[in-house]
Amino acid sequence: MSEALQKLSAHILEKRSGFAIASSMAYGELALTAAPDTIIGLLTFLRDDQVCKFTQLIDLCGVDYPNREKRFDVVYHLLSLHRNHRIRVKIEVAEDAPVPSATAVWPAANWYEREAFDLYGLQFTGHPDLRRLLTDYGFTGYPLRKDFPLTGFVELRYDDEQKRVVNEPVKLTQDFRKFDFMSPWEGAKHILPGDEKATKS
Amino acid sequence: MGVIQPPALSAARSGVEGAAPVDPNDPFFLNAREALNDKGFMLARADDLITWARTGSIMPMLFGLACCGVEMMQVITPRYDIERMGAAPRASPRQSDLMIVAGTLTNKMAAPIRKLYDQMAEPRYVISMGSCANGGGYYHYSYSVVRGCDRIIPVDIYVPGCPPTAEALIYAFMLLQKKIRRTGNIIR
Repeated sequence: MSEALQKLSAHILEKRSGFAIASSMAYGELALTAAPDTIIGLLTFLRDDQVCKFTQLIDLCGVDYPNREKRFDVVYHLLSLHRNHRIRVKIEVAEDAPVPSATAVWPAANWYEREAFDLYGLQFTGHPDLRRLLTDYGFTGYPLRKDFPLTGFVELRYDDEQKRVVNEPVKLTQDFRKFDFMSPWEGAKHILPGDEKATKS
Repeated sequence: MGVIQPPALSAARSGVEGAAPVDPNDPFFLNAREALNDKGFMLARADDLITWARTGSIMPMLFGLACCGVEMMQVITPRYDIERMGAAPRASPRQSDLMIVAGTLTNKMAAPIRKLYDQMAEPRYVISMGSCANGGGYYHYSYSVVRGCDRIIPVDIYVPGCPPTAEALIYAFMLLQKKIRRTGNIIR
């Protein structure tokens, strides 16, 4: 499988050397890195080329790396049923930079891009209907950004005088509790019990 | 003779707190049997009759929002069969007098749930089923979940559990019947 993917990678880099910046193989999967301004050309090539024939868009999503200068990744997962291949294409995007919409290439990208816009604030240019998809009507903020607080900014309550559901600033009666103080995933500097033995030996 | 008064501790009050267990030779049954045999009809207090009818025909509006909804569906299936208590699930809020909020209530669903509750006819009751509906549960600190559906609508019975078993929901249903018997007023 990985041999076939390497052949495919070589083919793509040969045919579209200006479009795909880099390719890498990890865990038996092929990932291409591209630039935002040429991504539509590359995706169209991947869809139409007889060796590739990636006619299905499996997923389109964003990733947030707050420390990077170009903060977001947009990731396209493609499937070729004709050639039994899967491929991943990534582009890096700055926070307020526009991303070309892939709806012209695959109509399936429509809602994926709405979702990415909703949750990361990515601006897809050329999208026919770029509205929020999942969050509440009138929601502000982009929840999957790393700097978005877990509890958000507003909470709901039914107001008996106004006879409607009103938004209010979040007031937690009980603070958010982190029970797992030792977890390395919490970003803590703590070491796990037993780690000190590894450095000694 | 004629008007049948349910004595304080008799079968007519079964299910109410402090009531005695039902006995087949209960004076209430004996009186009723005698009245039927003797006269062919019997009289009862309108309150009791109405309460009996109401507790025997609680029509729940199904509001399955998440995994609790699956457990609520169990209650309707033949194994638990809530219809033996006279409860038929309705699809419209205007036909129902009980709302079972089963699952996570999100911010986006909050306004519709209030609208549906307002459409239900009085007297109306709400069972909040599961941790998420009770107080946000697992999603208590989330940006998109209401921290308990009692922030939106008044709740009568809370069922704990994640999700509660079908038996727990039936128990909540019976508690609601008990509540209707205890406070038999029509307008709240």
